[in-house]
Amino acid sequence: MPFESLSAETLGDIYIGLLGLAVLLYAILDGYDLGVGVLLPPREEKFRDDMIASIGPYWDANETWLVLAVGLLLFAFPEAHSAFLQTLYIPATLMLIGLILRGVSFDFRAKVAQVKKRSWDLSFKWGSLLTTLAQGYMLGIFVTGLRTDIWAQGFALLSALGVTAAYAFIGACWLIMKAENQLQEKAFTWARRGLVVLAAGIIGVSIANLTLHDDVRALWLSAPWGYALMAIPLTCFTLLVLCAVVLKKLPHADGHGEWLPFLIALLVFVLSFSAFAISYYPYVIPGQMTVMDALSDANSLRFLLVGTVIVVPCILAYTAMVYKIFAGKSEKLSYY
Amino acid sequence: MDAFLLSRLQFALNISFHILFPTITMALAWFLFYFKIRSDTTDNPVWMRMYRFWVRVFALTFALGVVSGVTMSFQFGTNWPGFMEKVGNVAGPLLGYEVLTAFFLEATFLGIMLFGIRKVPNWVHTLATLIVAVGTSTSAFWILSLNSWMHTPQGHEVIDGVVFAKDWSQIIFNPSFPYRFVHMMLASGLTASFLIAGLSAYRMLKGDTKEAPKKSLKVATYTAAILIPLQIFAGDMHGLNTLKHQPQKVAAMEGLWDTTEGAPLLLFAIPDEDARENHFELAIPGGASFILTHDLQGEVQGLNDFKGKHPPVAQVFYSFRVMIGVGLLMLLVSWTASFMLWRRGELPLWMKKVLAGMAFSGWIATLAGWYVTEIGRQPYLVTGVLKTADAVTGLPTGNVVFSFTLYAIIYAVLLVSYMATLMLMCRRAVELEEITSEEREKAKASRMSPANT
Repeated sequence: MPFESLSAETLGDIYIGLLGLAVLLYAILDGYDLGVGVLLPPREEKFRDDMIASIGPYWDANETWLVLAVGLLLFAFPEAHSAFLQTLYIPATLMLIGLILRGVSFDFRAKVAQVKKRSWDLSFKWGSLLTTLAQGYMLGIFVTGLRTDIWAQGFALLSALGVTAAYAFIGACWLIMKAENQLQEKAFTWARRGLVVLAAGIIGVSIANLTLHDDVRALWLSAPWGYALMAIPLTCFTLLVLCAVVLKKLPHADGHGEWLPFLIALLVFVLSFSAFAISYYPYVIPGQMTVMDALSDANSLRFLLVGTVIVVPCILAYTAMVYKIFAGKSEKLSYY
Repeated sequence: MDAFLLSRLQFALNISFHILFPTITMALAWFLFYFKIRSDTTDNPVWMRMYRFWVRVFALTFALGVVSGVTMSFQFGTNWPGFMEKVGNVAGPLLGYEVLTAFFLEATFLGIMLFGIRKVPNWVHTLATLIVAVGTSTSAFWILSLNSWMHTPQGHEVIDGVVFAKDWSQIIFNPSFPYRFVHMMLASGLTASFLIAGLSAYRMLKGDTKEAPKKSLKVATYTAAILIPLQIFAGDMHGLNTLKHQPQKVAAMEGLWDTTEGAPLLLFAIPDEDARENHFELAIPGGASFILTHDLQGEVQGLNDFKGKHPPVAQVFYSFRVMIGVGLLMLLVSWTASFMLWRRGELPLWMKKVLAGMAFSGWIATLAGWYVTEIGRQPYLVTGVLKTADAVTGLPTGNVVFSFTLYAIIYAVLLVSYMATLMLMCRRAVELEEITSEEREKAKASRMSPANT
């Protein structure tokens, strides 16, 4: 068996790293298309067509990162998976219902009569919203270490709003890059609003985070690590301020640099995620279960690692290729 | 009702709903590849017309398969935590390989297939179609390998009740896998063929006189006529393989209680598990022995040899007869229709009606077949290794009632919407214009101009 020399600890680190990568890519990629769904205006049909056209070629593959993430959790850390999803059974069910609704609406809307099209559009919007709220709520409860008391619930609700704002923000940035004219103007407004809510959300969640676990507070508020770590929130807020400036200037920039807000949003996601990862490593469920507690059999992990090493770079390569093919402004939604 | 029964019902609901869509897409992807290749190598624009219609059906079907599949990937952990705890070391990597080698491939290249034709060179679009077809089949390979291992496990060892993998090639290519894989791929081919033939016939019944539905009908009917005898043969081989490894399942399929020499083939009966006998038997003497042992007097093991360890008899017994019944009907219809097409070049009205009525017949046979094999494995989840009752969740019953109700409502709505939308797409296609002579010229020109290759 290849990778025989890797110890269980190293395998644990590799798999938690892969899981992290899958979650981060999911949050960014499905994040923007969920965000576009949440923003869908119920009254303006023209906008809805263009907005959905902008995510058409991507949403399927974006959602696959969630399947990979839950799959990795399932077999690399099976006990964590069952603890996590048994506690969060109801929100997970609601999230799945949301994903079902939006996934099918996307295809039904293009094929049915005009009267029904609006109903599918609405089901796309509310399905997206249900998904983002449920994901945020699950993230919140997860961070508390699967607590279910009233404080944890409050934190989870805050997190639900925060995640929804983050998705809506990156969705708006995506539209700035992909859309033109009126829709783009609308996207600027959405991005500005989203930015404010997101900034408030990041501050709120960060502070609440410090009160949840003693060792996390110790890590972030102690010298010398704390100073080094401060670079993360500082960079994050510099980026958010920069984004505010960019959003002000871009409408008068003749279409230059329309990719900037999306890039900034992407970096903010990466930074927030790394702050989160630094806080909770080596736990796979914060304060409850470490990577090593939950890790499954090393030989099975080695067997899958062979495929992972070969296939994941290929996946990243052809994903990049598809983004290159469909780069630029999105075209009218038409199947061929 | 307890969480055990509800979890089983919920999983049965989910997986039954899910399998409808991959059963279509697996083979439909290869049909699309065939249409695209014909379009690339001939001057006839009708192939592209066919591609365009069926690629939209494919997109819708694929989306339904994806969303119901995502739901299932969560339920392994939520409703069957014992499954991953006990056999996760085998099941995990196989599922992982499915995600890595198939899901991303299909989902990514589907984007090019649906929206990319004006963005990429034509050969890249054809290649994307091929890759999607390969992806769907690869996905079937991994999931059927895992499913087959659950029926005929090997290549593992059990330490303290937990399964550890020892030999991966033995696990992947376990004894029932080749048979199940071929049987399922052929089932997919038949389901897609009858869907294409049925919806094309429906279009013609609604007054569509264009070339596209005629051609689709012909391709699909001939394909079905070729696949159905292969399927009957493959099914027979699969049955013999099951007899070797899971004789209790075959005994339930045949409704045979006592081990018998010269066991009869029951055409109809009402199995009574309490009395351990059948009522109202209609049988061919020696038939089951002949099919299973190729000897009219051969010995077939009965259910009483497996008391307490055999599946519920009635469900397996009836499902098996539904599957066989639909299969024989497919044989009759596809051969008759093919004969008519071959002799007269077209079908009479009544035959179009029959085909339209059988558009979704593949679903019934496929579901019935899966019920035979999955219920036939009970009371085990993994034969001889893990009982279904030992894998179930400790969730409160109320939670499972809640999720079950939601899924049931949504799936019912989606199933009706799906079928109604396909019919609507057919009716709308009637109003499309026939291929014009300009279009033909263009297709011809595009063959010659290097700019478009």
